[in-house]
Amino acid sequence: MGASEALTDPSSLYNVGNNDLSDTETVLNVRNALASVQNALLKALSGSVACIDVNHHRRILSGIFGMSLWDHKPHVMDSLMDLIISLAATSGKYLDNCLNMLIRHFVPPPWVIDRLWQGRVIEQKQHVLSRVHGALLKISLLVPLAPSRLLPMLAHQLPKINKKDQVVVIYVENLLKLENSSIGQVGGGMIFMMVMERLRDLDLEIDWDDILQDDSNRGMFDMELEDAMNEGDELPVGSLNQDTSGGKIESLDKLMVTCFDHLESCNLHGRLDQVFEKLFDSFENFILNTYKSKVSQFLMFYACSLDPENCGVKFGSKLLDIFLSSNKPRPTRQVSLSPLWMSAVAYLASYLARGKFLPISYVASMLKRLVDECADYCRICNDDIRPEAHQLFYSGCQAIMYVLCFRMRSILDVPRFRSELIPLESILMHKLNPLMVCLPSVVAEFLRQAKAGGLFVVSDSFIFEDLLESELSRAFGGCERLDTFFPFDPCLLKSSNSNISGNFIYWSMVRPTYDKDDDEEDDDDAEIIVNGDEESDEEDEGDLDYALNKMSITPKHSFKNNMERERLMKMPSMIRPSTSPESL
Amino acid sequence: MEGLKLTNAELLVYIHPSKSGNKLKAICRELSSLLFQYDEIFDGVLLAFDVTVKSKGAKILAGLNPYFGVKVEASLLLFNPKPNSLVEGKIVKISPETIHVIVLGFSAAVVTDIDIREEFKYRMRNGEDCFVSSSHKRHVLKVGTMLRLQVESFDEEVMHIAGSLLPANTGCVKWLEKQSEEALHMDRLVLICTLFFT
Repeated sequence: MGASEALTDPSSLYNVGNNDLSDTETVLNVRNALASVQNALLKALSGSVACIDVNHHRRILSGIFGMSLWDHKPHVMDSLMDLIISLAATSGKYLDNCLNMLIRHFVPPPWVIDRLWQGRVIEQKQHVLSRVHGALLKISLLVPLAPSRLLPMLAHQLPKINKKDQVVVIYVENLLKLENSSIGQVGGGMIFMMVMERLRDLDLEIDWDDILQDDSNRGMFDMELEDAMNEGDELPVGSLNQDTSGGKIESLDKLMVTCFDHLESCNLHGRLDQVFEKLFDSFENFILNTYKSKVSQFLMFYACSLDPENCGVKFGSKLLDIFLSSNKPRPTRQVSLSPLWMSAVAYLASYLARGKFLPISYVASMLKRLVDECADYCRICNDDIRPEAHQLFYSGCQAIMYVLCFRMRSILDVPRFRSELIPLESILMHKLNPLMVCLPSVVAEFLRQAKAGGLFVVSDSFIFEDLLESELSRAFGGCERLDTFFPFDPCLLKSSNSNISGNFIYWSMVRPTYDKDDDEEDDDDAEIIVNGDEESDEEDEGDLDYALNKMSITPKHSFKNNMERERLMKMPSMIRPSTSPESL
Repeated sequence: MEGLKLTNAELLVYIHPSKSGNKLKAICRELSSLLFQYDEIFDGVLLAFDVTVKSKGAKILAGLNPYFGVKVEASLLLFNPKPNSLVEGKIVKISPETIHVIVLGFSAAVVTDIDIREEFKYRMRNGEDCFVSSSHKRHVLKVGTMLRLQVESFDEEVMHIAGSLLPANTGCVKWLEKQSEEALHMDRLVLICTLFFT
């Protein structure tokens, strides 16, 4: 029953009291009449926008801006949106109010959030958000400066980190949808900044150290956890206790997946390259100088995995450029004491080691540049013996060694790449003594593989006892402990990890140059065993003890059990940060 | 089109000491932050600028942050449509009550039905909204047409122009120019004829 009909033919209203209609039908008729009156009113207002006065009609305006699409049927939504678009475009006075009103819809009311699994609610969400986005686009077409006014409002209305609600996930979903639109051409960079900052903040809110140290039996993360994740099993419950984080882990996981989906759609539409620049800028601003984030950086990893030839290569090159530009004064937003390039080289090392999608030729070329840089440093360095004076050198050396722990076999298989590593021997033998200063666990594994692969042999004076880290590595690492910083260690969030694991090199997947399985001696493979057969037995024995000593990081482990022993011989895939004084 | 002016200005731009390595870049950045905003001192919206650094020396400000002031000479392109001036823009949307126009690609202008002269009637032609002149059938305003309108008011904060199509010299730019050309042509013809017959 249309409003106009009701007005022209009053008798139709009297039909409401007709005995022929049941009560329900009556109620329905009245409801429809009221709704259509409201609809007609909105339509009439749309046509008279020019006559609305901001002072005299304040009540009407506040009524309009207070309305919410979530409460109405689609045809009323349409009328309301037309009115809002007219208001925004017709007079500058209402533009900000209109934009704010539209952005408010990015946060659904509680009754929607509680019932997001219901089909009816999902449909309503689709109705509302498609109209809101449509309205924002139409307004930006009619008022070209609207996007620049919109962006600060988006930042302002971004929900605070809320323990219970998934509200921030829905808001970010909408932000990313805007990024995909014409508004994103203008404000995409700022949108990514907002999203990256929120990811980082949520990441930092979660006390990862507390959670990681929870499982005292395991002591450290190692291959079993990786294998579990590889097979898609549930994460060991003890290690990610949801109660302590208050649902934040779940929020972060969902946020990451939302971002991954967006990146994937960008890739499908061929705009990942363009988006990557903005993504890297926000990464550089928020993540690169934050050393405690455990998950947010995987956004970059995922983007690179989608497009290895372009984005994958660009990411590594940009990180390398930051490292190599350490000589020039670089205006950076420093929030920490350690220079940005130290973090960049740690990222580069972890990335080159873990990126399954990276061609070995690329890894080799990056390694070559790092080797050349370290070699240059050796030539021009001063005589200062303190490790902190040569951070550039030690971080470069450690990066090279870390990457080679993962890639040694593939690199040595190609003679050209192998020859590019020749300067490495003199670098590591330099008076600055990187083998003593860099992280002992990395050095030990590297030396073992170098020896087995025939890269070079060092004297046995580099046996480390029980050491994950040392005084010297702490010194070069600085108070942020960048010596134990491996940012792309396995992702701890279940859903996020399922997106990543296909492109991720776990330590268990690495084939080191020595034979991992000590029961079988592969005599034919000359690369693995350098010495003769008889000596190799003793070597293995010695190696076994040496390895056990090296790997026993927590004294709780018992070596009587064969399985334990085997497990411990493997290099820690994730090196836990020490419990020394926290960074600022 | 009125409302645009080119002025020369002598400015003193204060730069942070960290930017002393590339002064010109810093100056351009400072001035760029004023683009597409109304400035009271310039009396207009800054659309474009061109700078030359005048002096070699600069005065350092005393105080906590030792900013230094560099004298520059700039030519500025300013936009300030005064009331009753004429501006031109492209029509982006037509409805029975309003015509929405974009001027110079950044300023939104609106003409409401009360400011459209009686001559123009709203029609729906081939599914397209348009305004057609009742006295000149060829004079059509539709989406994509370049429109000349008179400025009623200008909201500096959002760069919003309230326009009017009441004056006779407003309407579709192409049509108006053609009219004035024909009128000129006619005048010339009449003159020649008069000369010929006298």
